[in-house]
Amino acid sequence: MKKASLWTIFYEFLKIGAFTFGGGYAMISMVERALVKKRHWLSDMEFWECIALAQALPGVFAVNMALYTGHRINGKKGAGVAAAGAVLPSVVIICLIASFFYHLRDNETVQSIFTGIRPCVVALIFAPGLKMLRKAMQSDPVRPAWVALLIALLVMVLICGFAFSPVYIIIGAMVAGAIMALGRKPRHSRKSQEKTKSK
Amino acid sequence: MIYVYLFWVFFKIGLFGFGGGMAMISLIRMEVVDHYAWLTASQFADLLAISQVTPGPISVNTATFIGYTQAGIVGSLVATAALVLPNLILMVIVLKYYLAHRDSKYMRSVMSILLPVVAGLILAAALMMCKDGIFTSVTTVGIFVVVLVLNLFTKVNPILLIVMSAVVGYLINNSLPVAI
Repeated sequence: MKKASLWTIFYEFLKIGAFTFGGGYAMISMVERALVKKRHWLSDMEFWECIALAQALPGVFAVNMALYTGHRINGKKGAGVAAAGAVLPSVVIICLIASFFYHLRDNETVQSIFTGIRPCVVALIFAPGLKMLRKAMQSDPVRPAWVALLIALLVMVLICGFAFSPVYIIIGAMVAGAIMALGRKPRHSRKSQEKTKSK
Repeated sequence: MIYVYLFWVFFKIGLFGFGGGMAMISLIRMEVVDHYAWLTASQFADLLAISQVTPGPISVNTATFIGYTQAGIVGSLVATAALVLPNLILMVIVLKYYLAHRDSKYMRSVMSILLPVVAGLILAAALMMCKDGIFTSVTTVGIFVVVLVLNLFTKVNPILLIVMSAVVGYLINNSLPVAI
């Protein structure tokens, strides 16, 4: 994997930042496409681990995602330019709106455009959820795939059905993971494991 | 003095804001509407609506907007930087630990549980969005299905999908004689 220039990283995240409607989750598809499929800066598994880390920590998810993927690509500088690129478009646009276009949202053209964008954004959040679930089902050679599916379904029921806070779910998951590790033997290194998986 | 307040409020929001956009809104509302009265409740609702039609994370939009209305460009930069600062600090700490212990059995076990949990969180967020009156017509459901299939099975750029959906949204509202 060749090292990416800071400018290219900044440019990719700037583009993504300018099209992130509907919050950070909507960004996942675009980041995956840019970093994994197009530029090949990260492997599939590395990418989804960054997403898990970004979600498990407090703070703005979109910024976390830029920081962790950027760091994996090109260290601390990569993290810095990725986060700056992701945030810059919204800062500029909001400043413009705050000074000129306060009534933008009542504009009929804007309204009609967004009847199209909204279902697209929902799909762009569903898709990475499904992809991440598939990765999660393959991530652990010991655990059967259906266990991962069950965990994800349980989380969905807790959030949608019982309005659980994601905070407690994440903390609970991390504690459960640490406890379960007590009964496991240390395995061979990740490198050799990835090699056997991705032929 | 306003810079200090802006910094402090958004630093707190960044530090304790967990679980992404919508989960952070109640925290933001508590600080900027109830506590500091920088915005009225209806201005805050307007701001949320504006955030939905402009790109970017909702918390970044709010920080920028309030910073700008309270103290101009510098204010918007201070508020946004303060919001993002906890992420940066935590990243430096977490990465040092995570990279050193990435292959330990504890870290691998935690990660193997976090992956399906976060997948569940993302899918739950998508499901919750379906309730907000988005799917009002056959066309909107069609856009959803087409985008989902294209994103899952092809390499089409999601940015292109957004632009195309915007065009379809404009056309069905403006040039077709009968609403589909």
